[in-house]
Formats: sequence, C-alpha cells, structure tokens
Amino acid sequence: MLRRAVPIVLSLAVCGLMPITANADLPVEEAVLTDAPNVPPAIHRSRPAKVIVHLEVREVVKNIADGVQYTFWTFGGSVPGKFIRVREGDTVEFHLANHPENKLPHNIDLHAVTGPGGGAASSFTAPGHESQFTFQAINAGLYVYHCATAPVGMHVANGMYGLIYVQPKDGLPEVDREYYVMQGDFYTQGAYGEKGLQPFSMQKAIDERPTYVVFNGAVGSLVGDKAIKGNVGESVRLFVGNGGPNLVSSFHVIGEIFDNVYTEGGTDANQHNVQTTLVPAGGSAIVEYKLEVPGTYILVDHSILRTFNKGSLGMMKVEGPDNKAIYSGKEVDSSYLSELGDLEKKAAKDSEAPKAVAAKAPVTKDELMTAGKKVYASSCLMCHQANGEGLPAVFPPLAKSDYLAKLSGANDRSALVSIPAKGLSGKISVNKADYNAVMPAVSGLSDSDLAAVLTYVTNSWGNSARPFSVDEVKKAKDALAQAKK
Amino acid sequence: MRGFNRIVLSCFLAVHCNIGGSHQAAADVLTAHTKQRASTVRIPGGRFSPLYGMAKGITEVEVRPFELEVVPVSNGEFYKFVRAHKMWQRGRVPVLLSDVAYLSHWHNVGKAGEWAPAASERSYPVVFVSWFAAHAFCEARGGRLPTVNEWEFAGAASETKANASRDPEFVEKLLAWYSTPQGKSAFHDVGKGQANYWGLRNMHGLVWEWNEDFNSVFVTGDNREDSDDLKNLFCGGSATGAADKSDYAAFMRYALRNSLRANYSLKNVGFRCAYDVH
Repeated sequence: MLRRAVPIVLSLAVCGLMPITANADLPVEEAVLTDAPNVPPAIHRSRPAKVIVHLEVREVVKNIADGVQYTFWTFGGSVPGKFIRVREGDTVEFHLANHPENKLPHNIDLHAVTGPGGGAASSFTAPGHESQFTFQAINAGLYVYHCATAPVGMHVANGMYGLIYVQPKDGLPEVDREYYVMQGDFYTQGAYGEKGLQPFSMQKAIDERPTYVVFNGAVGSLVGDKAIKGNVGESVRLFVGNGGPNLVSSFHVIGEIFDNVYTEGGTDANQHNVQTTLVPAGGSAIVEYKLEVPGTYILVDHSILRTFNKGSLGMMKVEGPDNKAIYSGKEVDSSYLSELGDLEKKAAKDSEAPKAVAAKAPVTKDELMTAGKKVYASSCLMCHQANGEGLPAVFPPLAKSDYLAKLSGANDRSALVSIPAKGLSGKISVNKADYNAVMPAVSGLSDSDLAAVLTYVTNSWGNSARPFSVDEVKKAKDALAQAKK
Repeated sequence: MRGFNRIVLSCFLAVHCNIGGSHQAAADVLTAHTKQRASTVRIPGGRFSPLYGMAKGITEVEVRPFELEVVPVSNGEFYKFVRAHKMWQRGRVPVLLSDVAYLSHWHNVGKAGEWAPAASERSYPVVFVSWFAAHAFCEARGGRLPTVNEWEFAGAASETKANASRDPEFVEKLLAWYSTPQGKSAFHDVGKGQANYWGLRNMHGLVWEWNEDFNSVFVTGDNREDSDDLKNLFCGGSATGAADKSDYAAFMRYALRNSLRANYSLKNVGFRCAYDVH
C-alpha cells in the first residue's frame, strides 16, 4: 500500500514552491556578510530595503585545536557562520544553498524571523539544492540563527550557528570598533588535545560534558596575531553570541568593565557598569566599553575552568600611551610574611633570599627537583599545566620543547634565567607552533627558588639538562643587569 | 491545492504510460535485463519499532518477509538498464522525473547523447539517480524499492546483531560516516566490506538509498506543506514523535529522506531493489 505512494510524491515535486512577492518599490541590495571576528559596516539608510542574503552550507574539516581536526558543519565555511546585518523593517530574501559535496540536508532557523520554525521548514534543503524564503525583519535586536534539522543537537554541536543583527531604525551610537565573538561547546570522542581527526561523541553531547568550549570555532581563534585590536581612547562594541548547544556563557573581559550592556541582545542598553554578563545558549548580548589603558585584555567564559582547560579564551590587544592615573602597573613588590611584625618584614626583605631564611637552600639535584616542583606548582602550573604541555596556541609547552632545549643546553644560560626572572613577551616559535603573548616576571622568587624551578623544568617530562646552581642564577642576573645598562 | 494535485496526478499517469511504451519497444533487451536478477537475501521480517511512522498508541510495526539485494545497484548495472530503456538515458529524462544533475558523473562516450560511467567507476554504486529512475529500474528487474520500514528493519543490523540500533558502538560508527562530507574519493566498489547479520553489504558507509515511500511518513494530507508532522523533524519538535530519542543515526536518515523530492538526483543517494516473497 505504501509502495504505491507515487502521486503524492510527484505533487510535492511540483507545487511546493510558492514565490513570495515583496514590495516592488523597495531598493534591492545584496547583504554584506563577514566571518568572525569582523562585523559588516553599520547601515546608514533611513528607509527599508529588500536585502538579499546568500548563505551556503558547507561541511568542512578544520582545526579545532593545534593538531586536532573536526568535521564542522558551517554556514559559509567557518564557525561561527557569517554575520548578517539588516535594518529593522527590511524585507529579507534569504537563499540557503546546500553544497553538493555535503552528506546531509540542512536548514536555518533565524531567531529574527517571526513565523513558525523561524524559516526552518521553508529552508529545508537537500545536498546540491538551494531554497529561498522571504521575511520581514520586524523586530530589532541581535539574534542567533542555527540549523534546525534533526537531530538538531548534533547540527548545532557541529558548529551550525551564527548571528544576524537587525539594526534598530535609529541605529546605535557610533563606536570606533565592532567585533563578532561567538561561543560554542564541542564534543569529541578523544580527550582535550588528543591529536588527529576527532569524531563527534553523541554520548558526551547528551551528557552535556563538552571536550572543548571555544570562541569563534577553535582554541586560539582570538589569540596572538588573531587577537582583536584597539587603541587607547577608542570605543568598542562586541556582538556576543552563544551557539551552545548546551552551555550558558558567563562572558567577561578581564580588565574591562562594560559601560553598556544590551542584555540578551535586546534594543535597550539597560545595564551599565557590568563585569560579567550571561549569554544564554541560543542567545546573545551586546557589550560596549571604552579603551582607557593599553595592554592585553582576556575574553573569557568566567565559568573559569572552561577557559583554563577547554579553550574559551580570547584576547584584545590595546595599544597607546599609558594612563597611570587610571592604572599604575606594579608599584611595589615586597615580601609579605604575615606572622612577622613590620621590623622583621623589613629585615627579611633586606636579606638576599627571604624564603631561604626559613629552610635550608637546596643544593643537590634531588633537593633542587623537590623544591623546584613546589615552586612550579605555585607559580607556573596554572599556565604551563601539570604535565608541562601548556595550552595549544595560548601557553607554550615546556615538555620536550625545542625552544627550552636550545636555551638549557647553551653554555651561557642567562637567557633562560631571564624568562622567569624578567618575563618574556613577543613572538616565539615552540615545536613549530607560534606563540605571541606576554609572560610577566614571576615575582617573589629568590635566587634559590629560581635555581630549583629551572632545574625542575629542564629535567622533567622528558627534558634533560645540567642542574642550575644559585651561583649560576646570580651570575646570570648580574649579566642581565649589565646588559641592560 | 487539492484540484491542482489531481491535474498533476493525471499528468504523471500519462508519462507513466509512455514509459510502458518504451518498455514494449525494447522488449527483447528488457527481458534479458529482467532475467539478470542480482543476488538477494531473504529477510524473515518481524516486529520492530521504527523511529517514526507509527500511528498513535502503536509501538511496533510488522515487517513481512521480503528479499533484498545484497549490494546497491552499480553504475555498470544501471548503464545496461539505460541502454535497454532509452528514455532513462541522460539528457532524455524530463525534469519532472529528474533534475538536471541526473547521471551527471557519467562521461560522453563519443556518440551524440550517449553517456557512460568511467571504466574505473563501473562497480561503484550508481548515484545521481532520481526516485523515478530507481523505481523504474527495479520494476524492470521484476522488483521494487524497499519501503522505509523494510529498509530500516534490514539496516538496523550490525555484523553480529539483527538489531543493533541501541548498540552505542554501532551507532557511533554510523554517525562517523554520516558526519563526513561526501568528498570526491568516498566511493568504492559495491560489495566491499563486512556483511551485516542478514548478509547484506554496504547498507551503511557508502551511499544513502532511495525507499519506495521515502517521504510518506510526513504526508498526511495532499501536500506536506499543510501538515504539522513535517515540523517534527525540526528543532526540539523532532523528539516528540520519535521512538528512541538517542538514535541520532536514524534521525539523520529520516531527515535526509524527508529533504528529498522524487525528481532529485543527488551525489550520495543510490538504491537497491527488493522483492516480494510469495
């Protein structure tokens, strides 16, 4: 009986498509689409237009982290999908193409659409086909769009989301810079950092245990050379989205306070002076702030273990003159020994190695290793990780590091002593990967601590080098001081 | 809308008669082709729960015994078919019965209007064929396309289990294939690889396959656009009517089928034929 369903089948082929006529008087324009972190320019029209959007679904293999590949399903070739910008009242003619090399059907549900399914049913498209539908953007605001094909969780988990901004009729205040940042959680069968092409893990997704939580589709997508940029004195607007599929983001920029927040992507800047704003899965927020002080500002999901262990870390690099009245930088570094009175504290500071007063300084390699491990745990581990492997694209590895091996094998190792003692910034290459970040000087370490931690780092996780002595550290520091003069 | 459909329906029947005419014209070759029945296995049938398509309150459907071809139809076999049935040659099929992509991976073989698969791809599964073409092929073989329920029943088998749809390892393996874009080098000869519990090969991992009633699950009236059921496949709605919400692999097959129209010819959709057991 089912076998003879031919007439129904055929009728679908013919009468499913009904073109919707838009107002013929409207000027027609093609939407400018951008990849994150870029945002299309503001719209200066004062009247509505018919805006044509062409978006292509492509299933692509890309890096989700250094050496880790994932098959992303994308709106336009990248995660997140292209940023779409239209004006309140515009008529949007939407074309969704599904690339013929794709394996699956896809569609799009734009939260900016008023109508059942947000366009999902009208845009349901087989591989090698294209669908068209039209909607009027009657509500202004920042909206998520996503694929809504079954199993929807998997389509979203594979990266099928992006933002469409329906600019209010009167626009928003002009700013110097606008950026597009979108968070998403990913579920791979291998653990975080496990190399190679990683398949999707349905079970981890259902259990809501992501392997990666990232901004803009990959660990390190907004780090180093790819950081977003600004200058002191400029105003910044971030269009922040969260594709999910599962997690809610506690979006925070370390060192900035949001002057204005358009909560949940609505049209009122209804909050001011906000530290952290919630961005729901399938939701958004617009934040604005002024750049006052130069330096690197870190974008995080302040559910902070995701940032340290799963990748949700981005950077904004701000250049310009210091403003000591707003932020001084470090003014004083003194030892703080709470159990001692002020006089004792002063005496301790005057001595060469304050921590060595209490305990016998380590001398043998075993002693140095033991002491060094403690220093590492308190001062280095947070970034370089317990296994010395760092975090891909953010914190360089120490384990089996060619960069470290070169410095630790040299006759004059003052360059190596300099790293914890004086800090290190700028571009370096470690095991064929580039890092461009700032490591501050590790404060509060005595010469003995430095010798211990350097010995530990250069003799752990497969590394091997001569132990450091307090003497070598002292000489190196003197040499560095001389060189500076 | 209903009236319009009737017109289309009669239009289709007229085309169908023409197909019959071509059959007659090529009677000799047709007979030869029909006799070449590919090897099949008998699927004993039984009761099972498809992901969709059950009436309210019913948790299982009965699949009657049937025979299913061991492997998908190859380019070579389809080439023989179109030589015997000229109306199914590339360039002759009306758009109503197949879109422009029909057999677009075949090459011109010199003579005007003659197209053939590359020699190296003769044993690859045929793709870029519409439902109408697949339907006509199986009819010429004395068979038919398997129904969704038949296909799902047979395809639920892993190498060792008749029904592995709840076996996480099996489901993950299917998802890995479904998640990989088709690409250029994804095809291989039909028949390669392990047979499943029933002795069928390439049910997964090579091509999607046409079913006789591929989108009937969502058709309630005369047009799917007027039906609420279609929305079941979108967003959270898809979970409401499904028998097993965690069978993502099955969701993807149903979604794919539902995105198709009968005249679509796709790069990754092929077919195999089924036969009634009397």
